[in-house]
Amino acid sequence: MKGFRGGVRAALPVVLGYLGIGLAAGVVERAAGLSHAEILLLSTVLYAGSAQFVLAGLLALGAAPAAIVSTVFLVNLRHLLLSAALAPALRGLPAWKNALIGLQLTDETFVVAAGRRPLSAAWMAGLNLSAWAAWAAANVAGAALSGLAADTRALGFALPSMFAALLVLQLRLQRRLRPALAVAAVAAALGVGAQLALAGPWAVVLATVLGATVGLALQRWTSAPSS
Amino acid sequence: MDVRPEFLALVLACALVTALPRVLPLVLLSRATLPPWLLDWLGYVPVAVLAALTAIEVLVPGGKGLQLAGNPALPAILAAFVAAATTRSLLLSVLCGVAAYWLLL
Repeated sequence: MKGFRGGVRAALPVVLGYLGIGLAAGVVERAAGLSHAEILLLSTVLYAGSAQFVLAGLLALGAAPAAIVSTVFLVNLRHLLLSAALAPALRGLPAWKNALIGLQLTDETFVVAAGRRPLSAAWMAGLNLSAWAAWAAANVAGAALSGLAADTRALGFALPSMFAALLVLQLRLQRRLRPALAVAAVAAALGVGAQLALAGPWAVVLATVLGATVGLALQRWTSAPSS
Repeated sequence: MDVRPEFLALVLACALVTALPRVLPLVLLSRATLPPWLLDWLGYVPVAVLAALTAIEVLVPGGKGLQLAGNPALPAILAAFVAAATTRSLLLSVLCGVAAYWLLL
């Protein structure tokens, strides 16, 4: 159970989750004007659920490529924390193996791997490749099925629903809930305000940077100024 | 079944900026650690991004013009929030949000 097959077996809940969300992602990406081949490329090369939703959403808004790349970067910066948290358990491995493992790091596979010690490269490969294959297959299936859906306007609402659900799950993970809620409120208000004022693609980047900074300031301010 | 060249470039650029934070800590850690304030700041980034994106998608549909009265996305997003808080399942939350939106359209 420690090797590749053990990793594949441990991936089962992630695979099931990805099949569902990947279908929604494929539908949303198709609605944003991507071809089937582009969706296969996106889901295998980028392989990042929320970033793919973000990319589809921004493409649909007609955002500039530089703004899309910046937003994807900000959205995926959180992997720094996951990668850093996983590093001690994989310290003995050669750098190239850690690089390959890191390339396929996601929130969901992290959660599965974080509760498991010791970790082996083969086990991580089983987990990662299963999740990756399920994600790509579901994206392509969603793209194929979206043609059958009568009303894609309602299916397009999968995007904000996904964001809202991810937001709730992120808030549950926060150690300090109050500043996190303030971050959400500030970022939401700034995002809408900036979108209305600039009608441009940088609203999300601006809201994220300022929102996270407000959270850090609040946290510093409210925690005892002892030092 | 075409891949537009500009889309390929966009995906590769996005994949690069995604790979760096995924790979670098695993490869480099034990040699350097991030300062605590930066870790805290990074911890707030997902919340800020998702809140901004959700609010814009719901309140500024199509990217232009605030829409409040009679906006079917408002009760529908509430359904998605409630489903996420009670079930903790992304899939069920997406299904609830889309179903509510479809009923309200």
